[in-house]
Order: sequence, then structure tokens, then C-alpha cells
Amino acid sequence: MSAEGDGSLLTVTVPPDRWAELGRFAKETLGCLYFNFLTAVDWKDQGLEVVARVENLDVGLAVTMKSRLGAGQSACASLVPLYPGADWMERECFDMFGIRFEGHPDLRRILLPQDWEGHPLLKSYAVDTAHPPYR
Amino acid sequence: MEIKAPTPQVPPPVWTEFKDLQEWEKYHQERPEGDKHSALFESVTEGIHHFPGGFLVTTVADSFLNWARKSSVWPVTFGLACCAIEMMATFASRFDVERLGMVPWASPRHSDLMIVSGTVTIKMAPMLKRIFDQMPDPKWAVSMGSCANSGGPFRHGYHVVKGVDRVIPVDVYVPGCPPPPESLLNGLLLLQDQITHFRTTGKRAAPAAKTD
Repeated sequence: MSAEGDGSLLTVTVPPDRWAELGRFAKETLGCLYFNFLTAVDWKDQGLEVVARVENLDVGLAVTMKSRLGAGQSACASLVPLYPGADWMERECFDMFGIRFEGHPDLRRILLPQDWEGHPLLKSYAVDTAHPPYR
Repeated sequence: MEIKAPTPQVPPPVWTEFKDLQEWEKYHQERPEGDKHSALFESVTEGIHHFPGGFLVTTVADSFLNWARKSSVWPVTFGLACCAIEMMATFASRFDVERLGMVPWASPRHSDLMIVSGTVTIKMAPMLKRIFDQMPDPKWAVSMGSCANSGGPFRHGYHVVKGVDRVIPVDVYVPGCPPPPESLLNGLLLLQDQITHFRTTGKRAAPAAKTD
């Protein structure tokens, strides 16, 4: 089976337990070998949503994958076994949103210092939190 | 002849050796208060100063030393953000601070001035303080731009130090976002005016009264 398309954009929303399965389908069936980006959205009461885009550069197919983790949930499957390029993006996502990517080989903070408290892109993060010794 | 793509040679990861900044910061010790001058030097100059007519010696020596200091202020090459572009323009030939005796020097050990040009993040602040502490006394700091003055447009960001004066003592604040080279040049001239009043036997001079 091969993917057809010309500059087409596809958005797929799946429950979080089928996240890795969708990634495998996009890579192996649709031929999306290029991992573009991965990020997350904080929908406050409705929980976090993970957003990733993979692309098939040969046919110009872009697949945007979305998954609502549910209120209060922060666990998600990792795409690193499929896409090695997802490594640092999932670390950044963990850094900023606190999403635990299960199966990630080295889930540490990447941008902020290792002893930083909290995840600053969450809506519940207090922006003017004192951070000694410099503010 | 077939051309093959070169096999990428992956170097061993060096980040496993990387120590976190806060871990380095533990090695960094606070500079003790009052080590601007040795106590012996201070007592000798105080003795000369209180000798009848001795103030002539100390004031003349002060003005000579201050002339020498203000004529060769070497800023350390330290650019943080977009203000550094304006700082580079100030160093370059059009505005040419070298005619004021300022040579941008790529070593903190030989520098007298740190121009903090740009946003100081919480992650960068320990490194900035370490570079400032590596500079020999007497040393000065110019806070350049809104970000270094107060945090500027990023003041409510989660990662921004709200003013570099929370990290190091600042002598001259240059406003602007970013300040044009003329503003920085004016700030450097104000700094030279301030250095003129630097006292050898006392503490750092009060900030210059004139602001324009």
C-alpha cells in the first residue's frame, strides 16, 4: 500500500492508547519518514493534548496526529522507537508540559536547568513564581 | 565512477559529561566583602592622606590613576542578544570606541568593563556572574537595553532575570530596545565620567548625577 497525495494535509485524532499505533501506521503504511515537530496544548479542564506532525516528503503528504490525554493525565506513549528525531522534542515537551513519554530512553529536562520546579507552559504555572537567587 | 555518500562518523556523546550549571555554581564562591583593596594598601593611603599636606599626594595620585583607568577601559566581548548587534556596531569603525581607548577584548582576565547586552535568563545568570567575577578589580558594568535593565518585554517570562542588577552591580544603565550605538556611546562616556571620580582610597564612586 502506498500513500497518494499532492500537498495534502491530513489530521488524525486518536485516543492516547493508540498513539504509538498511529505513528507506526503513518511511518510504515503512509511512508511519512520525516518527523516534523511534536508539541502539546494545555486545554485546562479538559487536560493536555499532544500534537505531532509527520510528513512524507516524496508525495507531499503531511499527517498531523493529535491525542487528548484526558483530564489530569500526563502519560503518553513515546514515538522515539519509531522516529529517532522525536527524542529531543519529547524531552522539550516533558520539560515544558510535564508529559511523561513512556518508552523514551532518556527523559530529562532539555532547556531548563535540571532542578527547575514545575513545567512553565502549563496554564496552571504561576508566571511570577520566585526563583532564587536571581528573581 | 560511482559517488557514495560519506558514512557519518558519530562522535561520542559529550553531554553525558556535562555538569549542570547549578552544580558548577556550587563551586563558585561568593566574593568576600571589602576585598576591593588590601587592608595594608588602604591603611598606607589613609596614613598619607592624614599627614599634613598628604592629601595633595593622594588626590594627585587618584586623578592620575583615574585618568589611566578611564583612558583604557577594555570591555569584555560578551554579547547576549540583539543588543549585541548594536554593541558590535559601536565597536566597529563607524562609531569606533577605540578612539576612547576601548578595545573589545576576548578575555575576562584582561577586561575592565562588562557590557551586558541583552536578555539575561536564569540559566545564563550564573555564567554571567562567573565571568564578571573573573574580571580583575577595578571593574565596571554597563546594563544595555531594556532586557538587561529590568527584564524589558520579557519581564513576565518564566525564565528571565528581572534586571541584571540582581546579579551583578551595575554602574550605567542604557535605555532602549535596543539602544542605538549613539546611546551606548553616551553611556560609555557617562561611565568614563564616573570613573574620573573613582576614589582609590574609598569605595566606588556614586552614580553620576548628570543623566544626559
